[in-house]
Amino acid sequence: MAQDVLVVGELAGGDITSTTAELLNAAKSLAEGGAVAVTLLGATAGAAAASAFAAGATKVFSSGDAAYDDGRADQWAAAVDAAVGQQNPGVVLFAQSPIGRDVAPRIAFRRNTAVAMDCVGVAMDGGSFKATRPCYGGNALAVYSFASSPAIATVRAKSFDAAAPAAGASGETVDLGAASASSIEIVGMEAAVSTGLKMEEAPIVVAGGRGLGDAEGFREIEALAEAFGSDKATTGASRAAVDLGWYPPAKQVGLTGKVVTPDLYVAVAISGASQHMAGCSGSKMIVAINRDKEANIFKTAKYGIVGDWKAVVPALIAAVKAAK
Amino acid sequence: MHFVVCAKQIPDPETPPSAFRVNEQTNEVIPAQGIAPVLSQFDAIAAEAALRIKEAGSDVKITVVSMGKESAAAAIKQVLAMGADEGLLLDDDAFQGGDWNGTVKVLSAAIQKLGNVDAVFCGRQAADWDMGQTGVGIAETLGWQAAIIAKDVKVEGDKMVVQRVLPDGFQTVKLPLPSVVTVSNELGEPRYPKLAQIMQAAKKTVTKWSAADLGLDAGAVGASGAQLKLERLFIPQAGGNVIIIEGETPQEQAQNLVNALQADKVL
Repeated sequence: MAQDVLVVGELAGGDITSTTAELLNAAKSLAEGGAVAVTLLGATAGAAAASAFAAGATKVFSSGDAAYDDGRADQWAAAVDAAVGQQNPGVVLFAQSPIGRDVAPRIAFRRNTAVAMDCVGVAMDGGSFKATRPCYGGNALAVYSFASSPAIATVRAKSFDAAAPAAGASGETVDLGAASASSIEIVGMEAAVSTGLKMEEAPIVVAGGRGLGDAEGFREIEALAEAFGSDKATTGASRAAVDLGWYPPAKQVGLTGKVVTPDLYVAVAISGASQHMAGCSGSKMIVAINRDKEANIFKTAKYGIVGDWKAVVPALIAAVKAAK
Repeated sequence: MHFVVCAKQIPDPETPPSAFRVNEQTNEVIPAQGIAPVLSQFDAIAAEAALRIKEAGSDVKITVVSMGKESAAAAIKQVLAMGADEGLLLDDDAFQGGDWNGTVKVLSAAIQKLGNVDAVFCGRQAADWDMGQTGVGIAETLGWQAAIIAKDVKVEGDKMVVQRVLPDGFQTVKLPLPSVVTVSNELGEPRYPKLAQIMQAAKKTVTKWSAADLGLDAGAVGASGAQLKLERLFIPQAGGNVIIIEGETPQEQAQNLVNALQADKVL
């Protein structure tokens, strides 16, 4: 049964984000022939509309007000709520991003409906919308249905593929007007002092744990990431390694750190405690290198090498370099 | 000023994966034997944020609020031992089996009944369901602003100044009080109560309120008020089929792994 789906788009670098394109493709299958609407809010909304149509949108709710670029939840919620009111969608999709985490619950509670946060799957199942999400630190998966409408979900990056852009696609554009007044004052922004790829966006993450033995071990982790390519791979660490002061907290993967979903996650000397798996179990593929063949990480890994990382990692660096 | 810290008692997230079990008939987690439930760690960090403001010299009363069964009093006691002043347990059979709508209704009603609350501190998510919507839900219900995923919280006059963790850095925002803040682990380690504080906490008041005390219709909360229906809860069966890469030497193992990754088009 056809239904309209609204995607809350996000902008970066003058274009829609890759996650927005993924959500538009997911929305297309959820809509089953209904409209795929998207909100584009921010200074570059007008320029980004063409990419949104190319990625599968049939209708754009747009405002080029630069105020939206600051991401104030009250302004975003008002604009998204206006689009929901006009389109009356059966499903509203957000990215699991700072905006999604702030605004999706606002819309859910404002409209007396419900939201499932941090989903890795959304699908129509016999005419009913189902959202699948990890819980209990990634130990379990929960599948939810909704007794109210619209069903709202925030979706993790890379849970869906984006469609190949349809050149020349176009559709209706509705102007949402200027942002409403806000009582949130932005005082400042301090850029993180991390160089290179963001962990959440890198296709490959090489992570080290307590089994490395000391901070020096991370030089080998960095060398392996470098071998994969500095444009593709970055490094991460388990909480145990961070707690020992071997690697910066900003690099921690896990329940109390960052959640990463790379194509390839290489876990070196990481045992795979629940709270660590919460941060990496969404990876497309996990490769584990560990001395202990009983280590929990091997339960989730696709490939494993049982051995001493000190011997395996240098050999792997050489083999990866040779393969290029 | 009056701060509320929302606290939840949860199964210990450090439970080894091998001891984690789910009843797939009832969609419930089976408590691991011999592993006591704990205060959700993000809620301890939220309490830490509130306590730091109190210690910085502000005249602050901190009330810790938990919705849960009688056993959740342990989570309340822990925050009292950390330094909170009073506890409030929201316990009613009508609250059971609810979704986040129910939780938010109950907590919001309690905050309204307490009256004159200047700020509500929540963890960025509860470390059991990992949902992360309760804090914003309370703010929306009460018509307040919220700052989510905070690493630092201060009060300046009638404003709350919050440093938020974003993927590319830290954003500082100023919100009018009353507001909600959800606190993340970047704030730092929560304090560990000393024995004397634990003894003192035992003497602090824990009030109990039911649905009737909050003026809530039992049909609007708990299972009967739920809009999010848990259809299925299961442990993903990713495990057990790891392919161990063999080789006579580390070099051979490494080469065989690279071959496998190339065959899978990951490299």
